[in-house]
Amino acid sequence: MKFLCVDCDKQMAFEERQLPGDGTLAATFKCPKCGRVVAMLTNPMETQLVSSLGVEIGGRTVPTQPLEMVRKMVATGREDAFEETGGRVDGPAGGLAWSREANERLSRVPGFVRGMVKKIYADYAKERGIAQITPAVMDAARVELGLEGM
Amino acid sequence: MPPIRTYHDLTDADRSGLPDQIGAQRRRVAERLAGVRRVIAVMSGKGGVGKSYVTAHLARALARAGRAIAVLDADLNGPTIPRLLEVPHSPRTTHADGIEPATGADGVKCISMAMLLEDGAPLAFKGPAAESFVWRGAMEASALRELLGDVVWGALDTLLLDLPPGMQRYVELCDILGAPPAVLTVTIPTPESRDAVRRAMRAAAERGSQLLGIIENMTGQGFEGSAADDLAREFTVPVLARIPWHPTRDIWERVAAAL
Repeated sequence: MKFLCVDCDKQMAFEERQLPGDGTLAATFKCPKCGRVVAMLTNPMETQLVSSLGVEIGGRTVPTQPLEMVRKMVATGREDAFEETGGRVDGPAGGLAWSREANERLSRVPGFVRGMVKKIYADYAKERGIAQITPAVMDAARVELGLEGM
Repeated sequence: MPPIRTYHDLTDADRSGLPDQIGAQRRRVAERLAGVRRVIAVMSGKGGVGKSYVTAHLARALARAGRAIAVLDADLNGPTIPRLLEVPHSPRTTHADGIEPATGADGVKCISMAMLLEDGAPLAFKGPAAESFVWRGAMEASALRELLGDVVWGALDTLLLDLPPGMQRYVELCDILGAPPAVLTVTIPTPESRDAVRRAMRAAAERGSQLLGIIENMTGQGFEGSAADDLAREFTVPVLARIPWHPTRDIWERVAAAL
């Protein structure tokens, strides 16, 4: 799907994606010439069909995580289904710290998906040389990586 | 208004790269299974004939014979393999490369949705409840793809897939693997089972699967019929075993030896 600014005859560029949490998806596109912004709003069924394929509209911003679709989309997963180990960057050895507030926020993520979300934030911080993950870092990652649904 | 350009006139790169993402999913499965000598789908087309029971005991016999064996419980909605392989619950160890399988009786590796779901909970997906039949099948196919491609199977002689009744999971499996797997068929003696299993075997043969043979389960317990013999003649495949209600270990070992 492409969006064309008819007045300018220019393809509009993807700007931002949002998952409001009601099963819908919103994506904004901007004309590079006149600056006009339009929003594409999907219905829940369309969004669900895309999710079911395990692909990311707008392209992948983070590497595929093991059992990513299962962990994101299964509603009846057990809290202790997964134990994250290996290749981690958190803790003293990795030089990455989590603030108390960040840990509190992470604890509110369902256990079924928590380890995967934690790794994504940790990788984001590591790649940018961030020593401590705070709620502000988590907010930045959510916007930058398109993690609104996590 | 001037003519509006078409999609193909817009030459900017496809930012979503969906074909590439789908291609990457297929490569991940292929790379993960590169160390697996053979994949065998245990199927029937008929429910209640003991596919999971046969799968688990065959896997154990193969493992006792010294082969590296794993079972993927592809019955996502009615998983029973962990119980049959005596696997207690413990969190699946996860690292950047994938998920570690559990190890059950006789050293058989396995993965099952039963390990990931709340005790007693059905497999339910997030999403709109209305018209869920439209997307649920695709979700289950994706889950099967992830179980194949994201579990660290390592080098295996055989990966057995315990399929649910019906043909849907088999068709998904063919698409995910890119080639039809070898098929081991389970039936009970009755003509009703024979008729259902015949459809499954015909579908598998038409897809190009190698039909390894038939195992007749629950023999000698009042089930009338000759399903295994009838199907063996029709498809020119061997009857690998007839399993009574209380099979001895040597029966499973003879089946393992035949494979």
